[in-house]
Amino acid sequence: MSEQFELSKLIFGRLSWESIPLHDPIILATFVMVLLGGGAIVGALTYYKVWGYLWREWITSIDHKRIGVMYMILGIVMLLRGFADAIMMRIHQAMAFGDATGYLPPHHYDQIFTAHGVIMIFFVAMPFVVGLMNYIVPLQIGARDVAFPFLNNLSFWMTAAGAALVMASLFIGEFAKSGWLAYPPLTGILQSPGVGVDYYIWSLQIAGVGTLLSGINFVVTIVKMRAPGMNMMKMPVFVWTALCTNILIVAAFPVLTAVMTLLSLDRYLGMNFFTNDLGGNAMMYVNLIWIWGHPEVYILILPIFGVFSEIVSTYSGKRLFGYSSMVYATLVITILSYLVWLHHFFTMGSGATVNSFFGITTMIISIPTGAKIFNWLFTMYRGRIKFDVPMLWTVGFMITFVIGGMTGVLLAVPPADFVLHNSLFLIAHFHNVIIGGVVFGTFAAITYWYPKVTGYKLDPFWGKASFWCWFIGFYLAFMPLYMLGFMGVTRRMSHFDDPSLQIWFQIALGGAVLIGLGIACFLIQLYVSYKKRDSLRDETGDPWDGRTLEWSTSSPPPKYNFAFTPKVYDNDAWWHMKANGFVRPTSDFLAIHMPKNTAAGIIVAGISTVFGFAMIWHMWLLAGLSFTGLIIAIIIHTFNYKRDYYIPVEEVARTEAQRTEVLA
Amino acid sequence: MSILRTLHKTSIAALGFALLAGCDTVVMSPSGDIAAQQASLIIWATVLMLIVVIPVIVLTLLFAWRYRSSNKNATYAPDWDHSTSLELVIWAAPLAIIIALGALTWVSTHQLDPYRPLDRISEGQPVPEGVEPLIVEVVAMDWKWLFFYPEQGIAVVNQLAAPVDRPIKFKITATTMMNSFYIPALAGQIYAMGGMETQLHAVINEAGSYDGFSANYSGAGFNGMRFKFLGMSESNFEQWVAKVKSDGDDLSRKAYKELEVPSEYNPVHYYSKVEPGLYDAILNRCVDPGSICMKDLMSHHHRDDKAAEKSNAPSESHHAH
Repeated sequence: MSEQFELSKLIFGRLSWESIPLHDPIILATFVMVLLGGGAIVGALTYYKVWGYLWREWITSIDHKRIGVMYMILGIVMLLRGFADAIMMRIHQAMAFGDATGYLPPHHYDQIFTAHGVIMIFFVAMPFVVGLMNYIVPLQIGARDVAFPFLNNLSFWMTAAGAALVMASLFIGEFAKSGWLAYPPLTGILQSPGVGVDYYIWSLQIAGVGTLLSGINFVVTIVKMRAPGMNMMKMPVFVWTALCTNILIVAAFPVLTAVMTLLSLDRYLGMNFFTNDLGGNAMMYVNLIWIWGHPEVYILILPIFGVFSEIVSTYSGKRLFGYSSMVYATLVITILSYLVWLHHFFTMGSGATVNSFFGITTMIISIPTGAKIFNWLFTMYRGRIKFDVPMLWTVGFMITFVIGGMTGVLLAVPPADFVLHNSLFLIAHFHNVIIGGVVFGTFAAITYWYPKVTGYKLDPFWGKASFWCWFIGFYLAFMPLYMLGFMGVTRRMSHFDDPSLQIWFQIALGGAVLIGLGIACFLIQLYVSYKKRDSLRDETGDPWDGRTLEWSTSSPPPKYNFAFTPKVYDNDAWWHMKANGFVRPTSDFLAIHMPKNTAAGIIVAGISTVFGFAMIWHMWLLAGLSFTGLIIAIIIHTFNYKRDYYIPVEEVARTEAQRTEVLA
Repeated sequence: MSILRTLHKTSIAALGFALLAGCDTVVMSPSGDIAAQQASLIIWATVLMLIVVIPVIVLTLLFAWRYRSSNKNATYAPDWDHSTSLELVIWAAPLAIIIALGALTWVSTHQLDPYRPLDRISEGQPVPEGVEPLIVEVVAMDWKWLFFYPEQGIAVVNQLAAPVDRPIKFKITATTMMNSFYIPALAGQIYAMGGMETQLHAVINEAGSYDGFSANYSGAGFNGMRFKFLGMSESNFEQWVAKVKSDGDDLSRKAYKELEVPSEYNPVHYYSKVEPGLYDAILNRCVDPGSICMKDLMSHHHRDDKAAEKSNAPSESHHAH
C-alpha cells in the first residue's frame, strides 16, 4: 500500500485531480473556451492540411524573418491574455467598495495582478522587441541571416515554452500570488508552499535562456555581419539601439538566472539565501532582481527609440537630426541603466547619501533621453510630414512619453518617492512609459514594416481607429491612477472602504475598455487588410520612400534577403543609393549559401517545458528523465552535420527575374 | 524680490490647483510637517521639469502642424541634420534642469532622511528645548500592526496615537513578510522587514484621525493591514494611554505567540502590560524560549569557534584525514 503511494508520488509528485481548479467558474469557463478555440484551430489546420507546411516553413524555420514573425504572433496572443487580466482587475477594483467584495476572491485577484505583470513584460513586450529586431536588423545591415540561425530558432521556442508554462498555470494548479517580481520572504517555501512561485521561477528560467541566447546572437550579428562600408557610425539608429539592448541582455539576464536559482535553492533544498532566519536576507534578492530589472526597462525601450528614429525621419522625408548625438545618447543610457537600480526601493532605508546618489544618477538618464526627444523634434522641423498611421503613433508617443518621463524623474527624488512609492501613482508612471513608449512603438513598427513582411499595407482606417482608442484610452485609464496615488491609494488592493475613490476607478475602467477596443480595431485591421490585400499591395518593396536597406529588397524579401550584398556609403544607405541612381543588378548571380531548417529547436524547448513542469510539480522521475533527454537531444544535435545548403544560381536568377518583371 | 515671491506663490497655486483639482488629496495637503515638506518638494520638482516638458509638448504639436506635407509654404530642408549650437542647447537645457533638481535632491534627501531626528515641528518652529521624541516600536505582523510604547509600557494592535506637535521616533520591524509602514498624512513610508530595524522620525501638527496601512503587498491578508493614526492633544493622549492601561490585556510571550498566528482584518486590541524586552526579542527573532537572538548569534559563533579551536587542538590529526 505504502509502496504504491510512494510510486505515485514519484511519478505524479504534487499533482492530483484537486490541482485542476474545476470549482472556479471563471477559470472553468475560460478553460472550456480555450479548449473549444484550440480545438477549432487544430481542426481547421488539419482540415486544410497545413500541418506539413507549418512544420517545414515555420516551426523548424531558421529564417530570421519567419522567426521574427513568430515572435510577433506570440506577443499578440499573450497581449490578449495580459489584457484579459488587466480588464478583470479594472472591473474588480471598480466594483469592490464597502460591502461589495467584487467578483474575484483575493487569492484569485492576487494571481491575476502577478500574471498580468509577468506576461506583459516577459511574454508581450520582450517577444515584440526581440521579434522586431529579428526581422529588421539583418535586413538593415545587409545580412542574409543572423550569426547563429539555429540558436535563433531555439531562442524563440524557449521563449514560447516559458509562455506555455505560464498559460498552463491557469488550468493546472495556480500562478504566483506575489507581485511580478516575487519578493521573498513572501515567495519563500514557508510563506508560499504551493506551485505558483515554482511556475514563476521555471517559466522565467526557461524563457530567460532563450532571451540570453538571442542577446548573444544579435551582438555577434551586428558586430560581425554588417555589409561592407557600414562602419559603426553608419549603422541605422535602430541597429544601434538593438546592439545596446542586446549588450544589456547579455549583461543583465544572467543576474536574473542567478537570482532565480538562489530562490529555487531556498525553495527546493531548504537553503537560506533570502529567508528571515539563519543569515538569509531578502534585501539581497531585492537588489539582485532590480540589478536585472532596471536594465530590463531599457532593454524594452531602447529598440523602440530606434523604431521612432526610423519612422520620424522616413515620414518627415528628412535625414535624422543629430545622428551622432542620438548614438551617444543611446550609449550613455546603456551604461547609466546599470547605476540606478536602487531607485526602486529608496524606502528600504539605505540612508540619505546612497539614496541621493541613485536618485541623481536616475535623473541624469533623463538628459540623453531628453536629447533624443529634441532630436526627433528637430527631425520634424523643416520636414514634409506625412501623417500615415506610424507617424500618428510617433506624435502620440512624444507627447505621452515626456509626461511619463516627468513623473519618473519625480519618483527619482527620494523624499517624493517616500510618499508616492507603491502607490497607484507609480502604476500610472510605468504604464505611462511602457504603453506610451513600448506599446505605441510596437504598433508604429508593425504598421511601418507590415508591407515589408507581407507585401501589402495595413488598412489605414482601422489603424487610425486603433490609435485613437489606445491614445484616449490610455489617458482615461491612467490619469485617474495618478490622482489616486495623490490620494494615498496603494497598489495591489482587492477591496476599498472609501466610497469617494470609486468614481476614479470607474473612469479608469472606461479607459481600459477603450484600450480593449483599440486592440480589437488592431485585430480587425489585420483581417480587413488581408481581405483588401490586392488594393493595398505594394510591389516596389519601398512603399514609404524609405531610407534604410530593408526597403531596397522585395516585399516580402526572398529567403536570401539580398542577391548581392549591398555596399554602404551613408547611414541612410538606401536613400543614398536611390539619390545616386542605383541600378538593380539583373545578371551574374551566384549560388547562395544558406542555413538549413532543423527540428532541434522545438524538440529541446519541448523537453525543457516537460522538465520545468516536472520540477514545478515535484515529479522527480519525470524531471530526471526529461533532463537526461534534454542533454541527449543537445548532444545528438551536435552530430547533425547537414546544416547548410546552396540556393542554386538558377533559382536566384528566377526569383530576381520575377522581381524585375514586377518592377517594370 | 516681491515680484519673485508673488510669481512663486502664483505658480505654486496654479500647479497646486491643477494637482488638487476636484478632490482633497492627502499626499498634497497632509497634516504632518515631514509630509508637508515632501508635498512641496513634489511641487518644486514638477515646476522645474515643466520648464522643459511644456515646450516639448507645444513644439511637437506645433511642428507636426506646421510641417504637415500639405503645407507647401513651410520650408523643406531634407538634408539639414546637424547644428552644433542647437545640439548644445538640447543637451544643455535638460542638463541645467537636472543640476538644479540634483542639488534639490541632495539637500532634501538629507534633510528629510527618515533616520534623522527632527529639528523642527513645523515651519519656523524648532523643537523646544528638552522635548524628547515619543518612541513607538512598530511590528508588521501577518496581517496586522503591533505598536509598542516603551515609555508608557503599553502596546496596541491596529491603532496608533500620538500627541500633536511632539516629535515621534518610530522603530520598525516585521515578523515575516516585508511590509511598508505608511501614514500619508504624517510622513513618507519605510519598509518593515524581519530581523531588521528601520526608523522614521515625524510629527503630526493637527489633531485628527488618519489612515495608516501597509504599502507593500505582503500576501493574503495585506488588504486588511490598515489602522487609524490618531493625532491628539497632550491631555487627550494621556487619557488614551490611561484607557489602554485600564482596558488592556497582558502581552506576555505566550499571548504574543497567539497573536503571531496569521490572521486578517484584526480589530483594535489594547495591551496594558508588556513583557519587558519583547520588541527586542521580536527584532532579534528570539521570542521562542531557548532560541538564540540574532544580535548574539555572531558573538556566539565566535565564542563557539574559539571553544572549538581549543577543544580541537589535540585532535588536529582528525582534520588531516
